[in-house]
Amino acid sequence: MSRRVVITGLGVVSPNGIGVSDFLHAIQNGVSGIKFYPEFEDLKFNCQVGGFPEFEWEQLRNYIPETSLYGLKGKGIAFGIKAALDAWMDAGNEIYSEDTLWDTGCVFGSSVSDTDVIKTAINRVDAKESKKLGSRVVEQIMNSGVTAYISGRLGLGNKIINNSAACATGTQSILLGYEYIKFGMAKRMVVGSCEFVDRYIFGGFDSMRVLSRKFNDNPEAASRPMSMTAGGFVPGSGAGALVLEDLEFALARGAKIYAEILGGATNSGGQRNGGSMTAPGSAGVIKCIDDAIKLSNIDTEQVDLVSGHLTATMADKYEIDNWSKVLNRRGDNFPMVNSLKSMVGHSLSAAGSLEMVAAVLQIVHNFVHPNINLEDPNPEIVEIAGENNLSTKMVNKEVNIVAKANFGFGDVNACLIISKYK
Amino acid sequence: MSRAEILEELKKVLTPYTENKEMLAGITEETDLIKDLKINSANLVDIIIDAESQYNIEIDFDSAEKMFSVGNCIDVIADKVNHSA
Repeated sequence: MSRRVVITGLGVVSPNGIGVSDFLHAIQNGVSGIKFYPEFEDLKFNCQVGGFPEFEWEQLRNYIPETSLYGLKGKGIAFGIKAALDAWMDAGNEIYSEDTLWDTGCVFGSSVSDTDVIKTAINRVDAKESKKLGSRVVEQIMNSGVTAYISGRLGLGNKIINNSAACATGTQSILLGYEYIKFGMAKRMVVGSCEFVDRYIFGGFDSMRVLSRKFNDNPEAASRPMSMTAGGFVPGSGAGALVLEDLEFALARGAKIYAEILGGATNSGGQRNGGSMTAPGSAGVIKCIDDAIKLSNIDTEQVDLVSGHLTATMADKYEIDNWSKVLNRRGDNFPMVNSLKSMVGHSLSAAGSLEMVAAVLQIVHNFVHPNINLEDPNPEIVEIAGENNLSTKMVNKEVNIVAKANFGFGDVNACLIISKYK
Repeated sequence: MSRAEILEELKKVLTPYTENKEMLAGITEETDLIKDLKINSANLVDIIIDAESQYNIEIDFDSAEKMFSVGNCIDVIADKVNHSA
């Protein structure tokens, strides 16, 4: 039996705003979260700008017990806890439950377990001081650290899954949670993803020469998806979280409903025919979006907004071309398209869930957030997407259906179709 | 260092590991770390590491296994402190 799945809670830790109301204000006003970091200059990185949330450990004070907060060093985990617990409370729940919630699970994604914590372990062990590592290292370097903290705090007893699919992680995690509810395996899922890009991960991308390097003296202009002068992405960090519920379950408890997930798909191009470890193949991307649309029982004409992956590399124009082919829409008939990354950079595993929170807010508040830094759009993109659909300013407009997709290393794709709840 | 002095110092070591600060303020030698102070058993390792640096001592595995009540902790710490003194 197939069920309807609705979104009842949102949480966000973003470089341009922590908490839903700050984040909403930021994306409506085109507020950039990108800054210059002297540390990266010092390290001789080509890219010296990044998007990091203004997070302080104190912000977790009332979220987890003091004894748990003491010794917590992993920032990715911390972002995830904050976003997930905010979403949980936003959905009208208390953090603490006496009993295990067997109907509720968690799929939370991340790319790399915390390398700051791993570094501490490496240094201690190599100095023959493993004895001093203590009890808190393993739980923070295991990939499932973030789900262990979230589910333990909330007492979740259904499927608890840490998910990883590079830059498609966030969208894929939400899709997995959606499917568990849709097919009757859970009533409610806390879903999302987190990422903390520290200097080591940053360095790896920097060395690949895929990062923005020409705007170190003008950080807010550094992330330029779809622009003529886009020269790579800006690494970001953060977390996004949603509470998904079986519609009947949500109605029975009188929950407020933000939006509905109509369907979604995830696949891989198999690293064939143009797809590779680092590049998404068009056939897989098109099939993924097409599957998501078909499973959602919508017509491609109904898509009001494309929330793209659009990181600000060469791949942007291929992505737009793929969207155009699968939607069979072009020029003025193309839907509006935006990239949250213009404001917050590309936070890898967290990207999909941050963008998903943005998508839901645009549906709820009827607006299309701006593409900042898109004063000089790539003509090849304009030709396909039409200049009126690439706004640099917020556009007030009824948004009923958003198509959201992300593509990750390994040629992995994920797409979700989100709708106003009607 | 007297047992009373060690007990006062021990309170500081235990502080980050118990939510029950009120009970911690009034601990006696009979107080059980896990049953009374509700300290997570995995954290006993951290308490030993912190005690080692606080008192500048080394606590071996066999001694560590005895540290489940405040009195036992004081026994072990007093023994090591006096040995190194």
